[in-house]
Amino acid sequence: MSCPVTIRIQNADFDIAREIAALTASRTDIGAVVSFSGICRGDKQDAKIAALTLEHYPGMAEEEIGRHVDEAVARWPLHGVTVIHRVGRLTPGENIVLVLTASVHRQAAFQAAEFLMDYLKTSAPFWKKEESPIGTGWVEAHARDDQALERWTKS
Amino acid sequence: MKVKYFAWVRERVGKAEETIEPPASVRTVEDLIAWLSGRGETYAHAFETPKVIRAAIDHAHVRPDAAIAGAREIAFFPPMTGG
Repeated sequence: MSCPVTIRIQNADFDIAREIAALTASRTDIGAVVSFSGICRGDKQDAKIAALTLEHYPGMAEEEIGRHVDEAVARWPLHGVTVIHRVGRLTPGENIVLVLTASVHRQAAFQAAEFLMDYLKTSAPFWKKEESPIGTGWVEAHARDDQALERWTKS
Repeated sequence: MKVKYFAWVRERVGKAEETIEPPASVRTVEDLIAWLSGRGETYAHAFETPKVIRAAIDHAHVRPDAAIAGAREIAFFPPMTGG
């Protein structure tokens, strides 16, 4: 069973339909593709957000995502994984991140996509800076993201 | 060894990377944070709350008690907020 893996960090937007097509092209063993996309919001607790600027650690970001993709492939019967994370300045409505997981059945694809997103949030070296009418500031990490991780380590 | 800083750690230190030669008594990541903190006001500000600082050695996350011997590149950054 082959499981092609694509990991990209880029400034440019991505086309979700095209990425799904690339993952499933000439395959007849894939019965389910789960797609998660994270999108830049325009407000946060009543505060307007003008833009987000995403910084990353080149080299480590790709490697860290790769380690978690390897773990997902070891845990679930996956037939393909795509992770694309954008960096640079993004405005509300723009895509930030894409995770695609392909498998024979939906359960593995859903679980692997959630697993990858939970790790991306807390372990992949990316940082968001928010611009709002009252100034700019780094986004703080959420305890709920750490809690989301715990379910993957409980037996 | 090369040291890299990201996000607000980078902004507070005032540079993205540098090459440092800490003394042999600096053995662990937390030793290095303490040593860096003594290099001036910008460093003291960046590392004023050591427990929130995350570190990586050669692109892999490490804990504060990790040994730095043999490290080519050490990075310091705040908790991650990607995704």
